[in-house]
Amino acid sequence: MKVLTAAVFGALFGLGLIVSGMTDPARVLGFLDVAGAWNPALAFVMGGAVLTALPAFAIARRRRVSLMGEPIGLPDRRTVNARLLIGAAIFGVGWGLVGICPGPGLVLLGQNPLRAGVFVAAIAVGAWIARLREPAAAGAGLAATGARN
Amino acid sequence: MIQTILQSLLGGVLIGAATAGLLLVNGRIAGISGIFGEATALRPGLWRWAFLAGLVGAGAAASLAGLAAPQALQAEGFGLLAVSGLLVGVGTRFSGGCTSGHGVCGLANLSPRSLSATATFMAVAALVVFVTHHLLPAHAQLSLAARP
Repeated sequence: MKVLTAAVFGALFGLGLIVSGMTDPARVLGFLDVAGAWNPALAFVMGGAVLTALPAFAIARRRRVSLMGEPIGLPDRRTVNARLLIGAAIFGVGWGLVGICPGPGLVLLGQNPLRAGVFVAAIAVGAWIARLREPAAAGAGLAATGARN
Repeated sequence: MIQTILQSLLGGVLIGAATAGLLLVNGRIAGISGIFGEATALRPGLWRWAFLAGLVGAGAAASLAGLAAPQALQAEGFGLLAVSGLLVGVGTRFSGGCTSGHGVCGLANLSPRSLSATATFMAVAALVVFVTHHLLPAHAQLSLAARP
């Protein structure tokens, strides 16, 4: 059952990415090009998504158990360290070069398997390289969350 | 312009609804880089592959309905796609999230950590676009996507 609902929410997420224009690299780069012909439309994507998800997170912080009886695991909200900021900066370079982030990359896999496939495969390789440099504690934490299935 | 903004808003609401659904029904965070990273590391959890299949399926359905991949992707070079994907993979793994995990989930969860990450990747991405679009005219010929 939770596999089915996950698939439905994945498809809904993908539909949202297509409707919003996030899957069009030209639109994303237009949004990021603040010094050029700036296209602010994508600010409304994030705004709409955050405002819609806001009450759900407020509920989750209090209930901590999902409707299917699963524990709700909420991530760390406080830690701001070099790892976070350097990682975000590296991601920013990759995103700014082409205008595709992971979600749209996966949706585009269904539209242009060849080009999006190169991008998505490279993400997997990059994540694999980064995992080699993961502190043991973080690895153990991930293994613990992975074990809950 | 109004139509573009309304479409963006509607798309955003759909993304937010999917995020809220996965959180409250499945108890999971809709952070795509995290879901993809854990799935490809072969951690147990079939739900991750189901979620990813839903994402890819949305694109495949759009394609079947006659919506081709954006021109900017079709004209993009394989080398730049590979370099970009590699940086996205390393960076999101280090920072523990991407546009969805930090940008949508984290901000909706009122997380200072995610706000720091989001401000950083947005600012750096904008800086990269400034360099490639306004300082390096040669790059524009390399990639059609670099010309919005």
